[in-house]
Amino acid sequence: MKFGVVRFPGSCDDVDALQAAARVDDAVLLWHGDRDLQGVDAVVIPGGFSYGDYLRAGAIARFAPVMEEVTEFAHEGGLVLGICNGFQVLCEAHLLPGALLPNTSLRFIFRQVALEVVDADTPYTRACEPGQRLSIPVKHTTGRYFSPEPVRVVLRYAPGQNPNGSQDDIAGVSNDAGNVFGLMPHPEHAVDALTGSTDGLQIFDSIRAHVADRLPV
Amino acid sequence: MSPTASPSKHRALGLTDHEYELILERLDREPNDVELAMLSLMWSEHCAYKHSRRLLRRLPTQGPHVLLGPGENAGAVDVGAGFAVAFKVESHNHPSAVEPFQGAATGVGGILRDVFAVGARPIAVLDSLRFGDPTRSDRSRYLLDRAVAGIGHYGNSIGVPTVGGEIYFEQSYEQNCLINAMCLGLAPRERLIRSAAVGPGNVLVLLGALTGRDGIGGASVLASAELGEGDEAKRPSVQIGDPFSEKKLLECCLELLDRGLLASLQDLGAAGLTSSASEMASKGGVGIDIDVHRVPLREPGMEPFEIMISESQERMLCVVEPERVGALIGVCERWEVLAEPIGSVTESRRMRVLKRGTVVADLPVEVLVDDCPLYDLDPIQPAIQIYQPPDRLLTGDESPAETLMALLGSPNLASRRPVFEQYDPVVGSRTVRRPEEADAAVLALQDGSAIAVAIDGNGRRVACDPRTGAAEAVYECAANVACVGAEPLGLTNCLNFGNPEKPHVAWQLTEAVEGLAEACRALGIPVVGGNVSLYNEAPTGPIFPTPVVGIVGKLPDARRAGRLGFLHEGDAIGLVGPFEPSFVGSELAKLRGEPPRGKLPFKDEQAVRDAHTAVREAVRAGALHSAHDIAEGGLAVALAECCVAGSVGARVNAPVEVFGESPGCGFVVSGPEEAVVGIGTVIGRVGGPALEISDVLAVAVSELAAVHRDGLVKFA
Amino acid sequence: MRARVLVRPKEGILDPQGQAVERALPALGFSGVANVHVGRLIELDVEDPSQLPEMCERLLANPLIEEYEIIEAIPAEAAS
Repeated sequence: MKFGVVRFPGSCDDVDALQAAARVDDAVLLWHGDRDLQGVDAVVIPGGFSYGDYLRAGAIARFAPVMEEVTEFAHEGGLVLGICNGFQVLCEAHLLPGALLPNTSLRFIFRQVALEVVDADTPYTRACEPGQRLSIPVKHTTGRYFSPEPVRVVLRYAPGQNPNGSQDDIAGVSNDAGNVFGLMPHPEHAVDALTGSTDGLQIFDSIRAHVADRLPV
Repeated sequence: MSPTASPSKHRALGLTDHEYELILERLDREPNDVELAMLSLMWSEHCAYKHSRRLLRRLPTQGPHVLLGPGENAGAVDVGAGFAVAFKVESHNHPSAVEPFQGAATGVGGILRDVFAVGARPIAVLDSLRFGDPTRSDRSRYLLDRAVAGIGHYGNSIGVPTVGGEIYFEQSYEQNCLINAMCLGLAPRERLIRSAAVGPGNVLVLLGALTGRDGIGGASVLASAELGEGDEAKRPSVQIGDPFSEKKLLECCLELLDRGLLASLQDLGAAGLTSSASEMASKGGVGIDIDVHRVPLREPGMEPFEIMISESQERMLCVVEPERVGALIGVCERWEVLAEPIGSVTESRRMRVLKRGTVVADLPVEVLVDDCPLYDLDPIQPAIQIYQPPDRLLTGDESPAETLMALLGSPNLASRRPVFEQYDPVVGSRTVRRPEEADAAVLALQDGSAIAVAIDGNGRRVACDPRTGAAEAVYECAANVACVGAEPLGLTNCLNFGNPEKPHVAWQLTEAVEGLAEACRALGIPVVGGNVSLYNEAPTGPIFPTPVVGIVGKLPDARRAGRLGFLHEGDAIGLVGPFEPSFVGSELAKLRGEPPRGKLPFKDEQAVRDAHTAVREAVRAGALHSAHDIAEGGLAVALAECCVAGSVGARVNAPVEVFGESPGCGFVVSGPEEAVVGIGTVIGRVGGPALEISDVLAVAVSELAAVHRDGLVKFA
Repeated sequence: MRARVLVRPKEGILDPQGQAVERALPALGFSGVANVHVGRLIELDVEDPSQLPEMCERLLANPLIEEYEIIEAIPAEAAS
């Protein structure tokens, strides 16, 4: 299978996401200006400061040409993973419900946090058990999740670990169909024991397993 | 040519009468306004290093791994496997005192540009910050808060991890905070590029942001009448940094280099186009013509002198062969980076400024870059104490346990977590040791080896004894690098001092440079570049003389990078190195209200070097479980830090005074007994819930951890 | 036409910036301050002001979490 990692002007963790995905299977970069998903099986919208977070985080990136293809891909059931800034882009693009607000501390925070898997039935968490803990770092200023409507929660910060004041300690949500998933923590920074934990690999492994299952036998 | 400048203008621009006469002599005529503006900046202390250049020649710059030495945008060392690491430290002290968020942010932006200007991708940032006393001064707390926010904003947004740093608080920095930013970058050796302009006929292209009136300030006396009073807003004294703009510029420049489209590259910093272009011309032995009409402007109606000295951020200058300009513009368009041909390289050895083809300034490059007079310092050791004593917080009646708690919770020693949690240390996926995990940051390379980097300075000890104090900064920084198993490859330094025209400051500076040179020679570490910031003075006097050094080292196996926390109950704890501590200049002396005075402990250079080697080799061999150098607060604080990091206690005998200091000379290590005995003296064992130094103190690790964790929280 | 769009956080959504300012003002000696909210101002020259609401809905504000107010100022040439 092939992962596609979108690169906007200002994306920072695109190469990190590419390297993480490449541990699991093939991975390519998708340029923001090209309306071409290069036949990938899963799209990753990475972390960073696309367009400098100008106006609102993700507000400008959602209108990039590549996002038209990503939107169509998502509507057809394709897998779309948004990490941090990617989560913000997906909310602005209305591919996920809700919005990300400034952290209650009003500060950027980097911290290795413990997450709880709430929903292990998604293509992104099928390699996990419900209730399993994952150790993954967060690094953001605008990660406080808010949604006035009910939402499908996939990951929560473990008790006492919420770094940004998000409602119900929500760390990651998916759409109802489960094919689009956004999370504030950075699984691509938890794939190598040399630089941290390896719990993030389970998300990439889940994606690969899901794609493998859908292929005709 | 426009009318010549009147004689009194030169003084308003900061040139002495003597300097002006030299200019008249060299040009054999009076300079016009544009030329005067350019000369006043190129001959300023900031650009010409008038008072320090002769002194800096005493620093050793040769080394087997050096690829780029002082004089380029950044120094660079060979790290093997075909790669080079470029690095430098720079100050942004004065702008940060005015506007700390933007001052610190643009300081980071500037040092990043210096690194990618030599063709290296920035992979790490470190910061050395010094402020006044936060317990007394709202202003110092404000500066700390804003400077940290600014560094985080710029570094995080551009996607370069901030992996280390230091923060110190002393009364002496109350009016003059110090913000020193260090960057290191990685490049394939072939991509390293010099800034010398080459090839008469080649095109000069300006990349990046629009040019406005940023930083023009003092030269505004030359403005024509149209921009009069009430227009200060149009001449911003505060530069606003835009990390998004720099991110695009960085990616664009690296792609241009990868495609072989650039003949040379230079960043635009102090004195903008004037210094960049003339330095490029000087290094290349060529001339440069610039047509200011071609420069894309942010403000309408800018005059030629304004365009030539503007310090607008996020711009680079490059030299391109004419047939490659089209391809260059294509790459820049893709990255949404403005690229404008603004001039050309000539054979003339002159710096010429034109406006739509009419020459408005014409100076020999030599006069701008080389002819500035250099001044010898007039050093005289002060007979009296020039610094106020600090507040007396401890009487000396406290128990050792109380003393340890006071030290560990003091603003200079408490955990910096409230600060470094505002920085992203992991972007780039290379970071093997994050802040507080080890004494140096460690970044993995593709081939499994790793780079180590640390930054250390000191002010109070240098105030006691500048020569030894400055040497200690080098020893301590090298010790930090040894603790992770790395061999030092090169050093960069920032010298933060007061007014060098005053004899006692001249003495501090001269002695400090001598001390740096001695320590670098003793350890075999070449200086590959650096920066000087002078005139850091308030009416009450100069800051502590504060040399800050950054060292880059290499270790062969990233997996063996050392850590500072104790690991296993039962491990032997060892004291390594020629550690002969004293109270002079120590943190305890400060808490007891002592002013900085006294002779610092003597160091046996060879023994120090041997100790560094022993620790480094033991860490590399995987023989030790932890290694930590003994710095501020002495042995007791070092042991406490190891216990807190490892969440485990220790039972030791102390063979030396537990709060005395001698930076760079002593290490606390732990591991199997054979490993520890091989390099030092066993002083105890890891284990239990408390740090017990027999006959001295016993404190629960949980209590140590709490006071360490909370010490800075109320200020940061 | 010179237009101004004021964007502010919706009522009911925690506004820590507003709260921080509300705490800071009394510390400087100003009393009687309450209900502080911090938002954004966007100024633009528009030929067709009737497009402004759609611009706000689609880009300038996020209607889920923000309210906006359009203030049409004087014709562009007269604006200084």
